[in-house]
Formats: sequence, C-alpha cells, structure tokens
Amino acid sequence: MNTTVLQDCQIQTIKDICASFDNQASELINVLHKTQEAFGYLPAEVQQVIAKELNISVAKVYGVVTFYAFFTMKPKGKYPIAVCMGTACYVRGAEKIVDGLKRELDIEVGGVTPDGKFSLNCLRCVGACGLAPVVMIGEKVHGRVEANQLKDILAQYE
Amino acid sequence: MKVTIDKKPVEVAPNTTVYDAAKQIGIDIPKLCYMNLEAVGFKNHPAGCRICVVEVAGRRNLVPSCVTTCTEGMVIKTHSPRVLNARKTVLELILSDHPKDCLICPKSGRCELQDLSVQLGIREIHSVENAEMSTYRKDMSPSIIRDMDKCVMCRRCETACNVIQTVGALHAVNRGFMSVVAPAFERDLIDSPCTFCGQCVAVCPTGALTEVDQTQKVIRALADPAKTVIVQTAPAVRAALGEEFGMEPGTLVTGKMTAALKEMGFDYVFDTDFAADLTVMEEGAELLGRISKFLEGDKNVKLPILTSCCPAWVNFFEYNYPDMLDVPSTARSPQQMFGAVAKTYLADKLGVKREDLVVVSIMPCLAKKYECQRDEFKVNGNPDVDFALSTRELAHLIREANINFKALSDAEFDNPMGESTGAGVIFGTTGGVIEAAVRTAYEIFTGKKLEQVDFRELRGLEGIRMATVDFNGTKINIGIAHQLGNARKLLDGIRSGQYNFHAIEIMACPGGCIGGGGQPLHHGESHILQARHEALYREDAQKPVRKSHENPYIKKLYEEFLGSPLSEKAHHLLHTHYFDKSK
Repeated sequence: MNTTVLQDCQIQTIKDICASFDNQASELINVLHKTQEAFGYLPAEVQQVIAKELNISVAKVYGVVTFYAFFTMKPKGKYPIAVCMGTACYVRGAEKIVDGLKRELDIEVGGVTPDGKFSLNCLRCVGACGLAPVVMIGEKVHGRVEANQLKDILAQYE
Repeated sequence: MKVTIDKKPVEVAPNTTVYDAAKQIGIDIPKLCYMNLEAVGFKNHPAGCRICVVEVAGRRNLVPSCVTTCTEGMVIKTHSPRVLNARKTVLELILSDHPKDCLICPKSGRCELQDLSVQLGIREIHSVENAEMSTYRKDMSPSIIRDMDKCVMCRRCETACNVIQTVGALHAVNRGFMSVVAPAFERDLIDSPCTFCGQCVAVCPTGALTEVDQTQKVIRALADPAKTVIVQTAPAVRAALGEEFGMEPGTLVTGKMTAALKEMGFDYVFDTDFAADLTVMEEGAELLGRISKFLEGDKNVKLPILTSCCPAWVNFFEYNYPDMLDVPSTARSPQQMFGAVAKTYLADKLGVKREDLVVVSIMPCLAKKYECQRDEFKVNGNPDVDFALSTRELAHLIREANINFKALSDAEFDNPMGESTGAGVIFGTTGGVIEAAVRTAYEIFTGKKLEQVDFRELRGLEGIRMATVDFNGTKINIGIAHQLGNARKLLDGIRSGQYNFHAIEIMACPGGCIGGGGQPLHHGESHILQARHEALYREDAQKPVRKSHENPYIKKLYEEFLGSPLSEKAHHLLHTHYFDKSK
C-alpha cells in the first residue's frame, strides 16, 4: 500500500472538519464527505486521523469508506469524469460511452490517467434523465452524449 | 401478554421476542447469526442470516424471530411448510458461497453451520455451475487464523471485538459479494489493535476464525527422545475440559486431565496454579510496597496497581494506554513465571539443558500463544514457554491419542512445580487473582492470621465490581473488571481521577479465563460460564492450603533459588516491562 505522509496543515484541516461536526461519531459520513471534498480522496492516513478525532476505530471508518461507492481511497484526476449508468442513460447507450472513454483515455473504470488529468468512474442517476446519456466532468453536465463526440468534449479540458 | 406458538399458548412479558417466547416453552428456533450470552451482556442480533424466520398470522412476510417482539394475541408458526422451505432456501444460499471442505475444516464437528445443515437436512445445493465464490487472503497471526472464505457475515466477532471488548480491530468492510469482516485496510490482525483475546474465535459459528493449532508440534516433541517435555495446566482448563467429552459444565476434571497428560507421555505434569501462587508472592509484595510508600506520604507512587496476568489485557493497555505503562504490576503472567522458573531452577534440578527442555502449557486462552512468542520471554532465541495449547487443542490431542478420558482414574501433579493452593486455583475466574492476592497481602501487611479466607464481596459475574477490604484499620479499595470494554471504563475513570482504588484486577474475557478464547465453545449458553465459575471456587474450598505464601514448594523455591519476593533474581526472571504499541 502506498503511504501518504500528511503535513501538519493537512492534519489540521481534517481536525477542523471534525471539529465543525463537534467530533461526533454519528457525523462520520458528513466528515468523510467534507474531507474528500478537501483532499479529493481518502487515503489510509486521513482515515486514521478521522478515527482518532471522532474516537472510533479505524476499522469502522474504513468499513464506511469501502461501503459507499462515493468515497474513494484513490486520488481522482483534475477533472473527474462520472458516467451515469442509471436506467435511462443505460438504455440510451451509456455503456458505449464508458467503453469509448476507456479507449480514449486508456484507463479502466476507477482509474486515473498517468498525467493526473482525468479519472473515470460510473454512478447511478444524476437526476437528469431527460438528457440521457449523461456524463459529468467535474461539476459540468454533458447531455445526450454520443460516442463520436467524446474526443471533442475531452479536448475542452486543459 | 398471551401469544400462541405452534398451537401452544404462552404467557410472556412485554418486549419479549418471538425467539425468547418460543424458548420459554422449549422450542429452540434454528438460528445462525443470533447469539445472546446474557450473563456478560453479549447480544448479537443483526437479523442478517434469516434462518430464524417464523410465520405470524396476518403478516404477509415471514419475520426474523430474534428481533420481532410479541404482540397481544400473536399466532406464530415456527415449522410450517412455508417456514421450512424458506429456511432451507436461505441456508442453501449461504452454503452456495461457502467452501465444502468440511472433512478437513478445523471447526468440523463443532460448527454451527454444519449442525444447521444436518438439522435442516440439506442434501444438495442448487447453485449455478462454476458459480463465483468470494475468496480472501488467509491471515495467519501467532494466535488466530482468519480464513474469511468461511465467513457467513453473522457479525458476532464484530460485536465481540467492538461492543464487548472495545478493541475495534474488526469491522464489516466492502459491500455486496466482497463484504467481509476485517481489520482496517484489510491488513493482518498482527498489524491491527487486536489483543488476541480470542473472543471473536469464541463466538464464530464457522471455521472462519480459529486458533493456530500447535498439537502436531507437541506430538513431535513428545516423540523426540532427546527432549524432556513438561506441561503446565492453567486453572480454568480443569473446569471446562470435561465439556469436550460430554461431561456436565462445571465438572472438575483436574485428576483425569493430569492422568491423560501422563498417558500421552509428558515427562512431568505440573500446574500453572503453582506459578499463580508465585505471582501472588511477587504481585502482592509489589502492591504492599506501593501502598506502604503511599501511606508514608510518597506522592510519586503509582496507584492503583493493575494486575498483569492477562496477556490480552497487557496488549490492550500497551496499545490504548501508553501513558499509563508504569501503572500495571511488572509481574509476569503465571504462564511466563512458570516457563522462566522451569528453564532455570527446574532444568538445573533435572540436569537438563535449557534447549532440551520443552515447556508446553495448556491454556484457556489464545493470547497466551502470542505472549509466549514475545522477545522479552526468550533467552538467546529459546522461549521460556515453547508451545501454548488451548483447552480445545488439548481435547483434540486426547482424542487423537485414543484415550478414553471419562474412564481415566485421577492422577496427581508432579513436584516441585505441581503443588498449589486454593488461591492459585481461583486465578482462573474474575475476582480470583485479587482475592488470592488479598489473602496473602492481608497477613503480611497486618502480621495477623486471616481466619476467614473467603472474600465473597470480590466474587460474582458483574462486569465491574468494587469493594473495600479492611486491612486491620487500613481500608484497601479494590476494583475488578472483566471484558476489555469494562476495563476501559475503569481505566478512563482512573485517568480522569473519578476513582480512588489501591488495586485493580482485570481479565479480558467474559467471566475471566473460564470464558477464555481457547475454552470449549459455549454457543451462547450463559449457564456454562456460571458453572465453570462455581467449579473453581469449589476446588478452592477443597484445598488444604488456601493462601499462596503457605505453599511449601513456593517457600522452598524462595529458600533454594529466588531469595525473597522482588529480589534481583526474582526481578530478572519473574518481572517484565511494557511497550508503547500505539504507533
């Protein structure tokens, strides 16, 4: 396992996030959300600090991180790509979009490009079924995507 | 409140579950994940396995009886065709993702999943050909083996580790097909906060969690003519071993156990109780030393003194309370005191070289396997105790050697390390170590003879107990905790200055060593722990000598070898130091 050495200021960031939820163990999911927002992912060392701050076992934190698909222990790219695999998007060809992105970026689902620019993930329904199939890149939603447009869409991101 | 179960009327108290209501009239509903060890507050009821489903009139779905509470007039069927069909289907589904190597599984014969399969008459498992099975890396620690291919996600181990022990080594991780109970980041137990108390093993229904089996190594040592092989037996073993051979819980089998060990070819059969008496001498002297200094006004003296016999407890405070490493007694556990004395004093007496003396211990405990491998208990790489077998492993050995255990006539322990007092015997149950220490400390402190040796205020199975013992005008406050979660409560109270104790006894397992991770499986039956607990006090009461300092062989050991308690030699051989394991 890769080890990440946290700097003091990073540890302080985690501590502040925990404190903003009164270090309540019941707020674990919220704390993980905010921390992932701050760091982009949740490496083991980050989880250890959270466990200590909330006074719960690291095993429990890890259990929650691995249970929810939203949380990741791998760093995401600068532009995280999420392809919706909900029912509407799926029937309108989301799988082809995923295959196309895999080919275009030369990574698997869950992976990151070597330059750290893009990461690829799937999710279930972003609530924009009218635009199916939907691809989210960062915060931006791309609707009615077709496989032959992928190259152009990716080119928009520097 | 009235309910009807299988056409029989039952009167139940409010909030009674259907499972318990059925039990009231002698119906044992089959179960897998549910376990309720009432005596010590262990309750696991995630309602995850769905084996205990029953039919309730008027409800569309079958309900899990372990978590469904009775309502007035409820009509319940526990074995209707619909129930039987559902139960069988559920079990087949569980088995479809379970290895089928029962013949060679270490849990074979005492596996709850296997028993259930027999009870429900499973003859085939309708699964897709070449269907995927979830597989995990095997985790081998010095004490416990995790073979999670055999995990059924009952989560009893998780309850034991988190709720009861508050160790937090295990948690359910991942989801769906890959979900499993594991340490953080799916590391090995040895890299987790695990104390090796073995309570996860004690409650595991299948072969997912088992002890490291060293029986074959012991057989090999016994067969080696160059080796002198000696054995020590911990106090709690004699109160439980009989269960493995179908005897009533609480049957004392001290004599039969000794006879079986002699039959198997051990050169000398000794008693850890002897070393327990030795522990009392050392720990008692340390306690009195600290109390005397305290009474003289020394502000630096560390009180309360904490017992250090329990290796899981030692692991627990090394990991969780590194700031308090100077508080526990430095006395080694009886197992290790025995080993250290055996490989010096006894080896000399027998004229055997250290390397040619093999010390085997029979322990109710899995943490003892870890303890005897600690570097500080080795001399030039040779451990003081070579192998620590659990009570269950001893039972295996006896069966393997084809010894008819029940038919054995009682035999006596050998000397010089087999003689023990009643004080040594009660080391095996919660409250026993401190009662043993008090019996000796009282006489040494007051200089008076103790007439009444039974300290009933120190006995019982409550998780945390407190008592004050009068040492001829000096009040000694004593705290007792068993199960690590209770120990944590006491420790946190001490840290915050809430408690004012002079001495505290802590044992990691429910009821103390009698409920150890290496004992015959209790399958959630509280009365078994109760019976073992009482058995040890019965043996104590029968002993002619009941105070450790009156053990003639202990006196002799000090005269011939150690000098006095806390002497330089005693420090070297019988005391230890602790490490900060929080990093």
